[in-house]
Amino acid sequence: MDSWRHHRSAFWAAFTAPTFWLVVFFLIPLSLLWLFSFGEKEGITGINISWTLKQYSRALDPLYLGIFAKSLWMAFLTTLICLIVAFPVAIAIVFAPPKARLWLLLLIILPFWTNLLIRTYALIAVLRTRGQVNFGLEWLWDHANSFLTLIGLGSYNLLGADFEPLGMLYNNTAVLIGLVYVHLPFMVLPLYAALDRLDRSYMEASFDLGAGHVRTFRSIIIPLALPGIASGIIITFIPAMGSYLTPDLLGGTDSQMIANVIERQFKSANDWPFGAALSFILMYVTFFGLALRAVLAKREGRGGKIT
Amino acid sequence: MRKSKRGMGGLLDALSRRQFVQGAAAVGISVTAMPSLASAEEEAKLNLYNWDTYIGETTLEDFKAATGIEVKMDLFADNDELFAKLREGNPGYDIIVPSNDYVARMIAADMLEEIDHAKVPNIKNLYPRFMNPAFDPERKFSLPYMWGTIGIGYRKSKVKEVPTSWDVLYDSDMYKGKIALMAECNTLLQIAMKYLGYSVNDASDEALAAATALLIKQKPNIKSFHDDNGQDLLASGEVDIVMEWNGDIAQLMSEDDDIGYVVPKEGSLVWEDTLAIPKGAPHPENAHAFINFIHDPKVNVPLAEFIEYATPNKVAAETAEEGYRTNPAIFPPEADLANTEASNYLGEEDTAKKEEACTRIFAA
Repeated sequence: MDSWRHHRSAFWAAFTAPTFWLVVFFLIPLSLLWLFSFGEKEGITGINISWTLKQYSRALDPLYLGIFAKSLWMAFLTTLICLIVAFPVAIAIVFAPPKARLWLLLLIILPFWTNLLIRTYALIAVLRTRGQVNFGLEWLWDHANSFLTLIGLGSYNLLGADFEPLGMLYNNTAVLIGLVYVHLPFMVLPLYAALDRLDRSYMEASFDLGAGHVRTFRSIIIPLALPGIASGIIITFIPAMGSYLTPDLLGGTDSQMIANVIERQFKSANDWPFGAALSFILMYVTFFGLALRAVLAKREGRGGKIT
Repeated sequence: MRKSKRGMGGLLDALSRRQFVQGAAAVGISVTAMPSLASAEEEAKLNLYNWDTYIGETTLEDFKAATGIEVKMDLFADNDELFAKLREGNPGYDIIVPSNDYVARMIAADMLEEIDHAKVPNIKNLYPRFMNPAFDPERKFSLPYMWGTIGIGYRKSKVKEVPTSWDVLYDSDMYKGKIALMAECNTLLQIAMKYLGYSVNDASDEALAAATALLIKQKPNIKSFHDDNGQDLLASGEVDIVMEWNGDIAQLMSEDDDIGYVVPKEGSLVWEDTLAIPKGAPHPENAHAFINFIHDPKVNVPLAEFIEYATPNKVAAETAEEGYRTNPAIFPPEADLANTEASNYLGEEDTAKKEEACTRIFAA
């Protein structure tokens, strides 16, 4: 063991840079924004910090509460779908041969290295009226139609006179597809980490004692993967709740989420105090989620083992 | 609590951005108070803050060849970005390109330097009708750069007749699911007001309520509120009729014969982008020289032909090539312009009301 003194200087050397970073680029700007949220606009460019709660009471208008509720609902659906899709994926990766496992993980992580804007535009190219999905459907339609003609049913227009492309973009479903697509890795990775650590002898024991696959999944795998599930839910839900780009680009006329409203306060509305208040309400919701996670983790640590 | 309130408030007042901006403005005034000295010592540089694809192919090089002044150009995406960047104080720009109502807002916020008309002799080339707009009476703070209209872009093969009324977009289910309107709040509501017979600059609650109700009622027929990418929606077949700035549709029309553009009969908005000098500009003399250079017809003609927007420069407009001069998407027929209005700045309270109305429309 080296001297304590030596350790201390190493500690400070490692600690100073990130602390400086955190304070200058995170805490100070965030504190300013927090102060703005208790302020009022003065003239065109001024903000008077008068410690008023006016901005927060404005945010409690049913109009904005409704948009918060909608954002929560979209984030909830995104998280739920991600969980349902990610669980089998994570299990498949865990049970894949070691070599394949590496490649499968890479496939999950790969989209992360591509800019979100590019991925979203790619999704637009696929889903739009003259996009790949509709081209595929049209190809199927054409072939089905020529087959019908071939067997003598061509004149009945069973599939309609013309191919009608599906309108998949610019609605809430498109936003949901986009959100699930973007957030899926956030769910797969913690699930994979949890399942990978799982002691397989528990499962073998379960099978030996006569439990089927479903029972083993329900009574062994899920309880043991619970910390991973909780982490996955938290880190999917939080960014999904604050999504801005996806509803903006894929959404229809009623797809605005709270981040879109916040963006407009800082830009076209030029109302920074109100934008700041909305941002902080979003952040309070996030903190609440994290606190809930901490409480659940604590309770789990105290009692709840495999049932 | 009360004590801390005062304490913190006082500290923040001392640090308030407004005072910072005022300080910067004071510096700006002291610089221009001695113009002869400033011009003698001004370095041969100019910082231009412009929209993307909004300058001629060789304009900046030609300016350097003519005057020796090197231009550095930064780009912004919309007026809100321009405004947000400058509200904290001028970061060093000499020329900015704000649109009409933002000029008025920046004048109200004391963010613009007065332009000395004596230093811009090429003003004589401009159409007289641009010289006294409501948003900047007598052109004290801005000079016109380019202008245009907002109208309807449509796919000729998909419409039953030329959509000469805003009703196809605002008040009809004839093209349900095949229409897109602009998400830009002010414009969206102003055109609704125009359609309903109000002025685009009507600040009454009645006009706003009527416009909001109209849009909420029309929403089921609308495919999307677009972020100024209406030409892409039209090009990709996502919609057949779209509300868009004329320049965007003109560009598409040059690639696709099936696209048309019309300024509806109820009237519309004319927009005007201007050249202005923000307070605290480090090179105001060069800025004046640049504005004068832009309105030299020899410079203005190739510039306007290249970016395909309408120039307010009479001499340039009359000497430009025929394809540009007679393009109806660039210069709409005079009759169509009879009912048009320019948007003016109606104060922060009006902006706030309109934004809330839009949030309500998008949430409905």
